[in-house]
Formats: sequence, C-alpha cells, structure tokens
Amino acid sequence: MKRAAIFGACSAIAVATARMLAEQGYTLLLAARAEERLQVLAQDLRSRGAADCELLSYDAESTPLDQQLADTVWASGLDFMLVAHGQLPDQAAVQDDPEATARELNVNAGSAIGLLALFAGRFESQGNGTVAVISSVAGDRGRQSNYVYGSAKAAVSTYTQGLRNRLSKSGVCVLTIKPGFVDSPMTAHLEKGFLWAQPDKVAADILGARQGSSGVVYTPWFWRYIMLIIKLIPERLFKKLSL
Amino acid sequence: MSFTSWGGLPEQPQIKKTISWRDQLPGVFGDAGLVVGMGRSYGDVPLSINGIVASARGLDRLLGFDSSTGLLHCEAGVSLGEILAFALPRGWSLPVVPGTQFCTVGGATANDVHGKNHHARGTFGRHVKSLLLQRSSGEQLHCSSQANVDWFSATIGGLGLTGVILELEIQLSRVDGPWLDTETIKFGELDEFFSLSEESDSSHEYNVAWIDCLSRKSRGHFTRANHSAAADPVSAHGTLFSVPFAPPVSPVNRFTLKAFNSLYYHRQQVSRRSGRESLVAWNFPLDRLNQWNRLYGKRGFRQYQCVVPEPAIKDLLACIRQSGDGSFLAVLKMFGDLASPGLLSFPRPGTTLALDFPWRGADTLALFKRLDQIVAAANGAIYPAKDAHMSGEDFRRAYPAWEQLEQHRDPVLKSQFWQRVTGESG
Repeated sequence: MKRAAIFGACSAIAVATARMLAEQGYTLLLAARAEERLQVLAQDLRSRGAADCELLSYDAESTPLDQQLADTVWASGLDFMLVAHGQLPDQAAVQDDPEATARELNVNAGSAIGLLALFAGRFESQGNGTVAVISSVAGDRGRQSNYVYGSAKAAVSTYTQGLRNRLSKSGVCVLTIKPGFVDSPMTAHLEKGFLWAQPDKVAADILGARQGSSGVVYTPWFWRYIMLIIKLIPERLFKKLSL
Repeated sequence: MSFTSWGGLPEQPQIKKTISWRDQLPGVFGDAGLVVGMGRSYGDVPLSINGIVASARGLDRLLGFDSSTGLLHCEAGVSLGEILAFALPRGWSLPVVPGTQFCTVGGATANDVHGKNHHARGTFGRHVKSLLLQRSSGEQLHCSSQANVDWFSATIGGLGLTGVILELEIQLSRVDGPWLDTETIKFGELDEFFSLSEESDSSHEYNVAWIDCLSRKSRGHFTRANHSAAADPVSAHGTLFSVPFAPPVSPVNRFTLKAFNSLYYHRQQVSRRSGRESLVAWNFPLDRLNQWNRLYGKRGFRQYQCVVPEPAIKDLLACIRQSGDGSFLAVLKMFGDLASPGLLSFPRPGTTLALDFPWRGADTLALFKRLDQIVAAANGAIYPAKDAHMSGEDFRRAYPAWEQLEQHRDPVLKSQFWQRVTGESG
C-alpha cells in the first residue's frame, strides 16, 4: 500500500494533490496547523478512497524538527512527500522590518528546508520515492514588489536543486515545483486574469512529473518561457523596472 | 475580487470575499451582506445590499459517501460537476441537474433548481435529505423533513436568506453508467411540442425542447433521453472555446438571430435522430463554451423564465414574435406535478419557457412588462434565479409564502432581489 506525507496539507495545491492520491488509494499523513480543518479534509479524502488518513499537528514556526517527528511521519516508509506550506507576505508591510522578514524567510524557506534535511537521509537509504517541494516562479528573479517571498522561494529552489543532485544517485526523485499564479485562498484578494491556474492543474502537473522529468516543474508549463524572458533581461535594465 | 451575477449585474461590480474553511465564518457575518456560491444566478438574487458578498465555494469537502445507499454527505460549496465526477464512475448520479454543472450544491438548494427530468424527479430540493444551517447568531440548525421542518422548507428555495448552508446530505440515484440514449425530433408547430411532451413523459426520464421563437408556428427540436445501460467510461469533457472578453458590439442581434435560429433548426436534416451522448455533455451543452454570457457584448443580456398553464405559452410566443426581439436560447419544458419542497420554489404544474434576450434597455424592459401581464393573467410565476425586473406585486402574488421566508431570514443577510420584491410593502 502506498503512503504519502503532506506538509501544509490544507493549502489549495496540497488539497488538490491529496485528492488525486486518495483516488489512487494512498494512505495519507496530513500535517498542518489547524486541527479542525485537517479533520474535515480527512473526511473528504477518506470519502474519495484514501486507505487511511493520519493527522499531525504541525506548525512551521514552532514544531521541533526532531527524531520523534521524523519517526511519526516516516513510519515504515514514504512513497511520496509534498512540502506545500507557505504564506504570501504583504511585501510593503515586512520589507523594512527585520524580524518580520526573518519570520517570512523561516516560514517559506527555513522550515521547508529543515523538513528536507530531516528526511533526506531516510529517502536516500530507502532508495526510492518522490519528494516534491512547492517553490514559486517568484524565486526566479528578485522583484521590488515581492522579494521577501521571492528570496525565500529562491532558497527552496536552490536547496532542492542540490538535493536532487545528491538523491538522484539513489533513485529518489526530487521535484522543485514552480507554480505561477494559482487561484487559491492565498491569493483570494487578487483579481484573476488569463494567466491564472486552478490548483487541480498544478496538482496534476506535480503528480505527472514524477517519472523522468528534469525535476523543475513550471506549472502551468508556459511559465517556463515567461520566466526565461524575465531572467534574460539584463540586470542594469531590470533594476530600473517597477516589477 | 470583483463580482457580478451571470447576467452581468450590477454595473459597478460588488466585492467578493471567499470562505474556504468554516472557522472563517464568524468574520463573514456582519461584513458580507450575502453568501453566494458560484454566482450563476442571472439577476440580482446573488447581489447583496451592502455591496459585499462572500462565496462559500471553498467549502468543497465531501464528508462521507455510502456506496450501498447512495447517500452523499458534503459541504455546501461542492459543485454539481464535482459530484458527478465523483459519483458517475461509482455507479451513481445526481437525480436532478440544472443547465450548468458550474453551480454549488448549496446554490442548487437555495434556488431549488430543476432539470430536464422535472416530470420524473421533481426539483433538486426533493433529493436533499438534510442540511446544516449556520445562523449569524452562532446557532447551528440541523434541518430535515423530521427536524426543524420549517427551517428546512424555508432554506430550500430560500435564496440564501435563511443563513449559510454548511453541509447537506443528498440522495444520489443509481445509474449503469455515464451515458444517455438520446433522441431528437423536429416539430413544425407548438401543438406538436405538447403532444410529444405528453407522450414522452411516461417513457423518458429527460424531456426538453428548443424552439425557434421567431418562426410563425414555433417550430423546434424536441429532445428526450433515458439513462443508457452502457457503462464504458467517458473521456474528459474539455472546454471547446472560451469567450475571452465581451465584444463592444454583440454578435447577437435581431438580424443574426433569425439566421442563427433557421440554421439551428435545419442542422438536423432527418425528422428523428437517435444517439448516445454522455450525461454531462447532453445536460450541459453551454458549459463547453466558457463564459458564453460574454457573447452578448458589453450591454449583456437578460433571461426571462416563467411557468404558465399551456394556453398562455401561445400568447407569450406571439408577444415575443411581434416585438421582433428574438432569443437564441428558447427552451420549453412541461413541469410535472411532483410537489416542490421549498416555501419559495419556482417549479409548479404548467409549462416553463426560458429565453435569453440581448439587453436593449427600455425596449427589452417594455417587452418584459408585456410578458409579465400575460404571466400574471394566467396566474403563472417568474423564476427569481433568472430575474432582474419582476415587480413586487407579481412576486408576492406568485410566491404568497414570502412572508414566512421573511420571518426566517437571517437579519444580516439580504439580497438586492429581496429588497426589490419585498421593499414596496414596507
């Protein structure tokens, strides 16, 4: 029986991914802050065919990343791990506040990287499985409107790149997921246009990429080319833009 | 986010907030003046009087499914399309679906929607076994035909005014597979529609007709269908085309309509054609044209849907023909006599006629007023979910239980529709 662990299980992308895994009969370990939300989510996933749901109270800012956590999550092994927690800060509110900036970096990068450090060795010795981490296209280039979030995601992208390099030798697939604009509660306050994608689309791309891809998943696919163009703009020009 | 109803109302969009989890509800009451689903009501039913609505679409979790009885327990924001995608592969289906799958189960209940099988299954609300209603006072009411019965009948067809529906239990119906055996029959005049309808009501689960409302004799296509025994899976239903924006000038006008309708009528050469279509494709043809409402251009369109006794249909169609204002989507359906469970349910015995008109301001409104007179004289009713114009007087005549709904209304929830049709009486 296949088993998956999902951190930030109540995020829209995580929910969509978990539903697809539930349809495949997975056992799911769901880790998130809000226990009431987890319980409703577990009902949903069980209804859809999940073999079982294990719930774990996990707070990216305070849950210690110790062996006890590792043992609980790992149990007898994982076929799939998704690290999906994160929050989109209000750039203007945090950019001149060192504590708030550090907190955002920890929630969006430090805690995710900590989880990867906790489980990398176990995946390596298991010799198979997939580790997917939600980064963002925002990490591809720093922009004045979003560089606190962007730099955290850049750290996630670079860390997972290195980890992929290490774990590819032992048959473990590490995926850096770079969604563009996703219609989710995190972005509920923003007007949606044609570039926006539904969480279902992102989830399908995450699960579709598990075999034999480069490991960097832009979702939807066209963001690879949008970001390519943005990355190609020379810095001396880029710094003058108001992006 | 900004929010307008499916018919593009109001001119100044409202603000839409989102509810994804129940713990967000206390913050919603007192802020948003109305809680909506996917905004597929056409007129001012989904518009709040304070300009802020909250969508419960994010409450989209299934809570349990009994595969032996077909009882589905879910949150109110689950869409009908999601339920079908879940249920059909498991051998179950929604017993009643409206013309779109892009509406929430809460919205379908709050408008007590009907489908092409009304004669066989009645309204959507008949298959709602229970619901959990959240009031702004903090009170939660479990409502069913056994408990809080008055709240149950006020909430079904209650236009979202009695509180926020959090969860429902829906009785699904057994099907062999996702297919329908369909048949389309051309008819040359209205009387043929009525005889086909009467003949088919006992033999077919689904019956509906499209009519060319600009033709003198109201010719059209009668389509009927039964669930097929075929069980092979359906490949995914994609969107055919997305209308990216509303063109400044609508391609739908009185000159193109006549041509459209004529072409549409003659697209089927033979008088009878049978086939097999997926339940989803057959029930929701317009869903494949994403944002089709934009085809009516910046000025938009209005829908007119009423139910009247059979003789009045002729008068309505004559009135429309005389006006020269056409409708491409003209749909006729005979309702059955299965009682609707809601205080304010629209379906009742008679024939329902639904038409889309390109909005031409005062001219369209004048036509609507003439149609209203025919409906009132025949003691018919206009469908609130589609309406943006009916008078308070017409509403209160056709929906005499409105005062009971007003007594059950949550004090912080009020739609522009409700203000409009109940306001005049003080």
